[in-house]
Amino acid sequence: MSRLIVGPFNRVEGDLEVRLEICDGQVARAEVVSPLYRGFENMLRGKDVRDALVIAPRICGICSVSQSVAAARAIAAAQGLVPAPNGQLVSNIVHAAENLADHLTHFYLFFMPDFCRPAHAGRPWFAEVGARFAAGSGEGAREMLAPRAQFLHVVGLLAGKWPHTLTLQPGGAARVAAAHEIRQLLGILAGFRRYLERTLLGGALEAFAALDSEAALLAWAEARPSADLSLFLAASRDVGLDRFGRGNDHFLSFGAYPGAGGHLFAAGRVNGNGAAALELSAISEDVSHAWLADEGPARHPMDGRTEPDPEMRAGYSWCKAPRLEGAPAEVGALARQVVAGHPLLRSLTRQGGNAEARIVARMVEIALVLPAMERWLGAIRPEDPFIAHGETPDSAKGAGLTEAARGALGHWLRVERGRIANYQIIAPTTWNFSPRDASGTPGPLEQALVGLPVASGEETPVMVQHVVRSFDPCMVCTVH
Amino acid sequence: MSAPAPETRAARNRRTLLWLQSGGCGGCTLSLICAEAPDFLTAFEAAGIELLWHPALSLETGREALGIIEAVLEGRQRLDILCLEGSVMTGPGGTGRFHLMAGTGEPMMEVIARLAQRAGHVVAVGSCAAWGGITATGDNAAGAIGLAHDGERPGGLLGRDWRDSAGLPVVNIPGCPTHPDWVSETLALLCDGALTREGLDDLGRPRAISGTLVHHGCSRNEYYEYKASAEKLCDVGCMMENLGCKGTQAAGDCNSRAWNGAGSCITGGYPCIACTEPGFEEPGHPFVETPKIAGIPLGLPTDMPKAWFVALASLSKAATPRRLRENATSDRVRVYPEGRGKKP
Repeated sequence: MSRLIVGPFNRVEGDLEVRLEICDGQVARAEVVSPLYRGFENMLRGKDVRDALVIAPRICGICSVSQSVAAARAIAAAQGLVPAPNGQLVSNIVHAAENLADHLTHFYLFFMPDFCRPAHAGRPWFAEVGARFAAGSGEGAREMLAPRAQFLHVVGLLAGKWPHTLTLQPGGAARVAAAHEIRQLLGILAGFRRYLERTLLGGALEAFAALDSEAALLAWAEARPSADLSLFLAASRDVGLDRFGRGNDHFLSFGAYPGAGGHLFAAGRVNGNGAAALELSAISEDVSHAWLADEGPARHPMDGRTEPDPEMRAGYSWCKAPRLEGAPAEVGALARQVVAGHPLLRSLTRQGGNAEARIVARMVEIALVLPAMERWLGAIRPEDPFIAHGETPDSAKGAGLTEAARGALGHWLRVERGRIANYQIIAPTTWNFSPRDASGTPGPLEQALVGLPVASGEETPVMVQHVVRSFDPCMVCTVH
Repeated sequence: MSAPAPETRAARNRRTLLWLQSGGCGGCTLSLICAEAPDFLTAFEAAGIELLWHPALSLETGREALGIIEAVLEGRQRLDILCLEGSVMTGPGGTGRFHLMAGTGEPMMEVIARLAQRAGHVVAVGSCAAWGGITATGDNAAGAIGLAHDGERPGGLLGRDWRDSAGLPVVNIPGCPTHPDWVSETLALLCDGALTREGLDDLGRPRAISGTLVHHGCSRNEYYEYKASAEKLCDVGCMMENLGCKGTQAAGDCNSRAWNGAGSCITGGYPCIACTEPGFEEPGHPFVETPKIAGIPLGLPTDMPKAWFVALASLSKAATPRRLRENATSDRVRVYPEGRGKKP
């Protein structure tokens, strides 16, 4: 048995350390360490409720709009406020722009460069993949920057800037979208669509989103060998990402992009017993292995506490261990699409979750969400209001739930004497990179790392890197 | 100072850059990735920057990354520019253990301090690294400070008298987040040796950024001139009187240099919160509410006698055209300007 500490684990948002115990050339046990404490929940206490809309987005530079959406929903719930329909559409569009840009950033800048590591030299795809995806010099990554930046003009136009906007409010949006601006936005989406169809996927978004089985996906890639998705699949199949990185196969989604007929991607959970409705009261956070001081059993976030233990005695991470009905859960694009019942992702996870399916799920979401953005723009009625105004009662509670690119995000707000009395946040990577709980059950990534191969002499095992980054972790959210 | 010719830049040594992150959100890097015309890779290449390591962008991880940092610390690798994004985390109790650098167990603040002594220039990217920023909100239990400031107070991690080998203090690129061009232009000036003490203000900010106010180029300028004020978010009037807008006091060319192609906080429909200024995170009032005494807003423009401002404001208010008065509290323009064509 040997031990390996991998850190700083980069190309994730923020700082990460992974501690491995290796036995017979495999990971036998993993501990995931979030080594930074920031303290946002305690900063928010005592503040004017509206200040959460300034402070909470700054938890994260990559899922800033998701934090805005969650904060706005928590306040709206506390106010009993129903957003203006136009404002809800703007919120969906701005949020979708962030989420799709994040999927693209993850694929080109964070995930694919690992295929260019010397450990893969000699593989048949190595030269081609290296030319497209090498960190800092890959042509594919470089080509992506302009269409991504132009796509984020959607946020510039509708919400001032990205990241850290204050446009999204409990009652909708702080600016109207005029009829001519909607035409300009549709043009921006058309340009982004062309890039995605030509370069990333190699075909129409709708056709890709309609793929319904593993066989159909492989046939798609075979017919379009130069698409970036196809290059990924060739490499992924060769190194076996479809067989590695299985978590605990308990998938959770809070539901993404609300509309009149429900969410675009449904809320729920799926485990070995099938699909079930989400019971929010069954969420708790355990701090037994975190450097946090709390006595007693795991708490529901509405009554949650986040008190750092300055001595950092027990535990190995600043991350709490969120649990649903006492069990860890995986969140993210794969969880969202499995819960929503997408046939391709159900097919790719027949034998359980894996690193490849997490990447494919993001591609499927890109193909599903861009057309939805076009529909939402068409549904805006520019002559109607974009915002409803509410007042926060002296005493109230509210939960704000949404789906960030990386998965389920929840804000739980309690108001007393008109000020924030308690504010607790469970971020997506808090679920995925959770430490052990009081029963010793590891978090999803800790589970997914067990069994991964480690070649002798490897100081940064390449399969560990593929699997960790397949989750698209956001450590700065985790350690809010 | 004139810019060197491209062939001069190409021929000279590349300027090495190491980028580290600590108590922050990573948003300044994400903002940098939004750079356009040119994109940030092209901007770095044109400036002659060689990126030694960046936590979000480089291949190297774990031991590989630590090897690069060790080479700098041991003097085997020249470091021209050290960038820090995010606050320096000094808590709990000054130990720095709220951020132990992954893979080392060493407080990040100590790693930063040691690297700063090896660097040709030190740059704080964003308001967190400059003065503590949003991470210092409230009672700042995390002990978040900047490289050379703790809020407005000089000092920070490196001390008020810290200077690099060229005599420059820590270069503070403010903002939450930074505009991508602020970062790439400042780095390019440093690479060319063209950023001087005179090019920085008293807070160490490049004057190219702080020599402009957010107010300049504000799309609501006519409402400001006539004190035609918005009353609630989504009104199109000036947000200074009621909604906390600090654009007349805050550094930045946010309204003359577009964000994400088209935007600014003001065009997004919300007030400037002065994120380029130290202490913006604790304004002493709700961010979207203007504190007032006897109906007069506190925090008027800093370099104008208050009595004059009040006198001018009441005069211009009295002269406000109906068009501006009605539009100011509406969510869109409802009374249109009359063009020359309407004149008899």
